[in-house]
Amino acid sequence: MTLTRPDDRPAQMNSGNALELRGITKMFGALAAIADVTLTVRPGERRAVLGSNGAGKTTLFNCITGDFPATSGIIRFFGEDVTAFPPYERIRRGLRRTYQISSLFAGLTVIDNVYLACRGVSRNRYSLLRPRTDDALVHAAEMLVEAVHLTAVRDRLVGELAYGQQRQLEIALAMSGAPRFILFDEPAAGLSPTERRDLVAILTSLPAHIGYIIIEHDMDVALRVVESVTMMHNGRIFKEGRPSEIEEDPEVQELYLGGGHG
Amino acid sequence: MALADQAPTGARINPAAAPGRSWIERIPPGWWIAVVVLLAMPMVANNFWLFQVMGWSFILGMIAVSLTFLAGYGGMVSLLQMSIAGLAGYMVAILGPSGTTSISLGLAWWIALPAAFLVAAIFATLSGALAVRTEGIYTIMITLAIAAAFFYFTRQNYTIFNGYSGFNLVLPPRLFGVNWRDPVPFYYLCLGCAALCYGAVVYISRSPFGLALQGVRDNPRRMAALGFNVTAHRVAAHALASVFASVGGILLVWQNAQIAPGTIGIPAAIDILVVAVIGGLRRPLGAFVGAFIYVILQVFSPDVLGVFGFSAERFKLIIGLGFLAVVLFSPDGVLGLWDRWRARRARRVDPLTGAPR
Ligand SMILES: Nc1ncnc2c1ncn2[C@@H]1O[C@H](COP(=O)(O)OP(=O)(O)O)[C@@H](O)[C@H]1O
Ligand SMILES: [Mg+2]
Repeated sequence: MTLTRPDDRPAQMNSGNALELRGITKMFGALAAIADVTLTVRPGERRAVLGSNGAGKTTLFNCITGDFPATSGIIRFFGEDVTAFPPYERIRRGLRRTYQISSLFAGLTVIDNVYLACRGVSRNRYSLLRPRTDDALVHAAEMLVEAVHLTAVRDRLVGELAYGQQRQLEIALAMSGAPRFILFDEPAAGLSPTERRDLVAILTSLPAHIGYIIIEHDMDVALRVVESVTMMHNGRIFKEGRPSEIEEDPEVQELYLGGGHG
Repeated sequence: MALADQAPTGARINPAAAPGRSWIERIPPGWWIAVVVLLAMPMVANNFWLFQVMGWSFILGMIAVSLTFLAGYGGMVSLLQMSIAGLAGYMVAILGPSGTTSISLGLAWWIALPAAFLVAAIFATLSGALAVRTEGIYTIMITLAIAAAFFYFTRQNYTIFNGYSGFNLVLPPRLFGVNWRDPVPFYYLCLGCAALCYGAVVYISRSPFGLALQGVRDNPRRMAALGFNVTAHRVAAHALASVFASVGGILLVWQNAQIAPGTIGIPAAIDILVVAVIGGLRRPLGAFVGAFIYVILQVFSPDVLGVFGFSAERFKLIIGLGFLAVVLFSPDGVLGLWDRWRARRARRVDPLTGAPR
């Protein structure tokens, strides 16, 4: 597979897209976890990625953030080719993500977790001076803790939190700084109905300029918070459309909605 | 995806501060007692105790606390801290005055000391950059390899390090008209430096850099996904830790008035690990507790061993057994034992008083 095809070049010169994937493939040994995925997302666009377990959704996220570098293909973030960038360079440019399995700092408190997230995308990451209590970043961290309803457990060690609270914290970490685009990996999995409502409220109240991709099995959550849907199967995209089109598509119903998916 | 079940290693190093009270009020009474005892010690203790026992404890503690900083907060076990301390000590001997006039440059202390810190920091940064590309046992192996290489280099190199003989008559500068090698001034010098190093580690642990270092220890992948350059952060930790080791190394040269390759041999490198582990890696205080225990054993066990007809050399056996006991029964060191004992006592008292804690 070639990395760049000649006819792509004009689009690369001046792309107004938040995210642009061209021919992304990720191999694990002989297994192509995702194969030749091409996808564009406009700034501010909210999109769901649906597909059965093992379809390659999480791997797609890992390639976009650079957690695992793609085997081949090109990734542009707001027009900039970030294919060769390490994760932290992509994050500093406004990309954020959550993890399907909470990936937190169990030995630190809630506020310290969020403070780290705020510090990671600001300057003075190497500062040896303790932040003052009126520090702007401390304030930003407090606001985020409040936004995900964790103020009551602000000073608790994250390892001691309930599952749902850890999922909320996972989201807070992804909203730090000035995100331009967020990848949510099954944020609603394992949440109670109340927690799901909170999640939907958080997602719908994000500023309009922040776009996101959400991987979500729960159609009630997914289709209420997005304007477009990408269907994946066996590492490939096989359908894109508006939520209503996807819901009615017979192929989708057979493969995903109706098919034996739990 | 296995990162999710990462266990915290050095949890609760610093629980959130109680709001509304000044930091002075938050210092527990035990600390005030320790401060008074340490400050008043020269009034009661003899010179041997001040210079040999306490001085050496503080020095070992500072070198060990640089390892505590790397291992406890950063999750990186390095066997290089003694080499870094030794390099700083060597630099003071080489750049400043010493009995080996053919090599020593005899520069003023205000050039020699900063240069010593700088050279040690550069060495720590370069070797750190190598070490952070590895994890766990491989970090230990690569730092051990560098420590061994440096040891043999100092032993074989006569143009800079003066080989086997090293440097003697390396004395502290006569600042403020004080002979800093006299037992009482040297005691206070070591106490002051140790307090500064300890305070710096505690303070830095809550700084953005220190918090991020604990983040790197607990979950490096997530740290990268938060915008941190994990590799650079680890290397910076090695550079910073070199400052504490260097203070210890320079004081060590002044205490012995000499430095030779034996100071930085493999046994010495491993002793630093033993000291830090015996005391407990979770808190910087552990390094100093471990150092004190080590020195007490080293200084007094020959007498005890002599009673039973063993040679004085056997004190290493006692240290080794102690190390084994700690690793087996209290992986978080003597301080961990202490913490658990206090927790048990608190629980016992609880039902009697009916107090919530
Ligand atoms: N780190 C990895 N090593 C090897 N195989 C992997 C790894 N991560 C994912 N895979 C494989 O890639 C495929 C896609 O996985 P994933 O992206 O997690 O799917 P989804 O998130 O859609 O459930 C699966 O077959 C999975 O076994
Ligand atoms: Mg997944």
